[in-house]
Amino acid sequence: MTTHPTTGPTPDFSSERGEKPAPERADLLGGEFGSFDDHHPPAQELLDDCVHCGFCLPTCPTYALWGEEMDSPRGRIYLMEMAEKGEIPLEGAFTTHIDRCLGCMACVTACPSGVQYDRLLEATRPQIERNVRRSRSDRLFREAIFALFPYKRRLRAASLGGALYQKLRPKSMEKLLARVPERFGRLVAMESLLPPVSVRDAFRRMPERTPAVLDPAHPERRGRVGLLTGCVQDVFFHPVNEATARVLAAEGWDVIAPREQACCGALGLHAGREAEAVERAKKLIATFERAQVDTIATNVAGCGSSMKEYGELLADDPEWADRAQAFAAKVRDISEVVDETLADPRARRHPLEATVVYHDACHLGHAQKIRSEPRRVLRAIPGVELVELPEAEICCGSAGIYNMLQPQAASDLGRRKADNIKGTGADVLVTANPGCLLQIRKYLDGELPMLHPIQLVDASIRGVRPPEMG
Amino acid sequence: MPERTMEAPHGGTGSDAPSAATPPAAVGPELARDFRDVLPADLVITDEVGRRSYECDGLTGFRQVPALVVLPRDAEEVAACVRICARHGVPFVARGAGTGLSGGAMPVADGVVISVQKLRRILEIDVENRRAVLEPGVYNLEISKAAQPHGLYYAPDPSSQQVCTIGGNVAENSGGAHCLKYGFTTNHVLEMEVVLADGSVVTLGGPTGEQAGPDLRGLFIGSEGTLGICTRVTVRLLQTPETVRTVLADFPSIEAAGDTVGDIVDAAIIPAAVEMMDSLSMEASEAATGAGLTVDAPAALIIELDGPADEVEAEFEHLTAICERHGATRLHVPTEAEERQKVWKGRKAAFAAVGRISPDYIVQDGVVPRTRLAEVLTRIAEMGRDAGLRVANVFHAGDGNLHPLVLYSESAGEHDAAEKLSTDIAELCVELGGSLSGEHGIGTDKACSMPVMFSSDDLGVMHRVRLAFDPDSRCNPGKLFPTPRLCGERPGKYQPHPLEEAGVIERL
Repeated sequence: MTTHPTTGPTPDFSSERGEKPAPERADLLGGEFGSFDDHHPPAQELLDDCVHCGFCLPTCPTYALWGEEMDSPRGRIYLMEMAEKGEIPLEGAFTTHIDRCLGCMACVTACPSGVQYDRLLEATRPQIERNVRRSRSDRLFREAIFALFPYKRRLRAASLGGALYQKLRPKSMEKLLARVPERFGRLVAMESLLPPVSVRDAFRRMPERTPAVLDPAHPERRGRVGLLTGCVQDVFFHPVNEATARVLAAEGWDVIAPREQACCGALGLHAGREAEAVERAKKLIATFERAQVDTIATNVAGCGSSMKEYGELLADDPEWADRAQAFAAKVRDISEVVDETLADPRARRHPLEATVVYHDACHLGHAQKIRSEPRRVLRAIPGVELVELPEAEICCGSAGIYNMLQPQAASDLGRRKADNIKGTGADVLVTANPGCLLQIRKYLDGELPMLHPIQLVDASIRGVRPPEMG
Repeated sequence: MPERTMEAPHGGTGSDAPSAATPPAAVGPELARDFRDVLPADLVITDEVGRRSYECDGLTGFRQVPALVVLPRDAEEVAACVRICARHGVPFVARGAGTGLSGGAMPVADGVVISVQKLRRILEIDVENRRAVLEPGVYNLEISKAAQPHGLYYAPDPSSQQVCTIGGNVAENSGGAHCLKYGFTTNHVLEMEVVLADGSVVTLGGPTGEQAGPDLRGLFIGSEGTLGICTRVTVRLLQTPETVRTVLADFPSIEAAGDTVGDIVDAAIIPAAVEMMDSLSMEASEAATGAGLTVDAPAALIIELDGPADEVEAEFEHLTAICERHGATRLHVPTEAEERQKVWKGRKAAFAAVGRISPDYIVQDGVVPRTRLAEVLTRIAEMGRDAGLRVANVFHAGDGNLHPLVLYSESAGEHDAAEKLSTDIAELCVELGGSLSGEHGIGTDKACSMPVMFSSDDLGVMHRVRLAFDPDSRCNPGKLFPTPRLCGERPGKYQPHPLEEAGVIERL
């Protein structure tokens, strides 16, 4: 109430004429980039693209939940603009509302003006990580996440504990957890996301090379595909990686899964940990350069999305810029690779009678614009009937590490997604991201088998029932 | 008002005691405290960042930071919030999705914004009687989505239908591409529950569309939030037409397209929609949607026919013949529903897509008699040339509702010139026998142009009607009416506005 002139006996009507009472120059914060530092602040021309039309509002998960302007895409862009002008600090409300963004990029899809919110967010989050001091508990929790998830070995070790815990978990645990005070909500959320752990799967390694299946009719290889095995994917969803390699090989590709590959950096990049993401990107580029592959395939939407952006991530580094571009140009989601083979398929698909509902992972649909490819790949399986999901564009609440950091919002979104899925009456849910699988599983309560699309393709090629589907 | 369902706890004080010279009571902590008594604390927004997020709607040229923003969750909470405003004597502005293009939801200094974004329930789809009962925050498109399984839909379809709310549609009497055949919001709203300025809750209209006495429902629709806040809306649903045929026709000139529209109407064909786009707007829209528009065609019409299959078939042949007679260079007839939706997406995304070809722009909205379409477009082109600004055109050609888009660059200092050109265009529409606004409303943007279209007597009557509902002028003040502080105020010596002198308007 102190920021605009109060209406007194001699009213100042200037505001009625659309003149914004701009803060005094002395009130403005910071230098050339306002409250942002000079390392890649959100670009003015990208901010200018937003015309405040509001077309993004209905697809924004937090706006769908709360209906508050500050927690909508155009609201967040408005905040970025205020910060850029130095009118508000990064601490406090700004950080709160940016933290609440899932980064699902549904707004990018919805925007008619072509606003690149993805680039704006990726410029803004590192600013917060660099310049805002988080509370001690928040900091520790975030550090814990990034000390665990990007490391396969640590995840495997954790999976041992997880499996043991699940064996010993008393039935009364639900009740106990429900009584945990709200400030430990994040830990409770983490507990409930733990998938049924198979220690055997967690410790299985992908073969470094899976040779193409060749026959007299198809004596030629299609080429060499490098497979990103991922971190969470390889430990908790190892069968997905195996299915991916089998499908690629059956379709005539040599599959190379370099042993020394580590995390692609997506989790960190999407959380604003830029420096960490840059280091991981360099390592991964070097690994796949040595593997000498034609294509780099991933079955994880979030990883694919960030790997395709390596060019921008490393654009400033003269030693790495070109290598990053070359790497990014080779990256394909597994559905893109398989879709390209549909014109001339080599592996016969056996019928698989099932009503399948496909959930678009945000980092596949919104971020990579890959929607029709996975659907075509699934429809190519005889017997598969594909049904569409209401509110398909709205995020399930997983969003990388969001469901651990913002458990309440994530749980509201997860329940909403699960209800929509149940309403379709499908036999199986498929989606191409381990985060979504973990999140949705929590709210579907075992009512529906959940798979990666490639597992259905693999089952169809092998003529077996897909896992979990009896 | 037929039915008072709740007693007014704080009656108005009558038209002789408006908040005229006295400023609104200073907004202190008591106001926020009172709101927190009826709402959870997090639904009362008092922090600066939160309040500034509400300083404008879809028209960003006008901004005002509100004192408070509240987000009630149901009709009772809305009424409770309005009563608190009444008790404190503070003005309030109702806000739906904030997509309006005339600044109708711009806040008032020291006032409260009452957002209805938490009132999003579809309360009932009455299939038998073809009605839907809605909360005001329901998105326009959601109504048709909910009705679709029953073979029904809601006809008014503003271009922003995916996001604009039924409450906002009621306030603005919104139209859309298909209102040529089906009419505006007012032709489809049967009944409304409304919270008046004093917090009393009344029902306007009736569930059947028939009512005795004056049509207060009709009065409320299009009043731009100056008479109260609607909290429940009953709308009519229509049966989905048996057949829909759409043609996208390119023309060698704007005139040829305009003449085609005239001939279609002369042939007694009533299309569901006739939309025109010029090359500039098609360029922007095609970049945004890939809808298949021909970007180098000077003009294109999107014409849609709907109804029984035989009738549509016969009219469609006639229609394409008319297009060809006027030298149509391409006739694209989408066969799949998906393809047709793509063409419509190309049309409906046009406003927002212009952001791709210009850093800033103003969306204008005026109406001319259909017979003067070519003339007005020529004049607009001349005015644009004189002002050194580009003007893109997208419009509902069938009913002469123009949407010139004035493109400019704020950073190049073109704002004032653009604002002037835009106003001149609206006033030109009046000069040609048309109207200042077709469907976007007067709001803040065009309040000062109202005397161009209406006499002092007209405005005086409108104002008295408003005071009958809202004696203290606390519902969305400063909108619609040309208040002196908006239009006449100049720094320096106080000069009464001519309308103020005539006693038609008052200083708020």
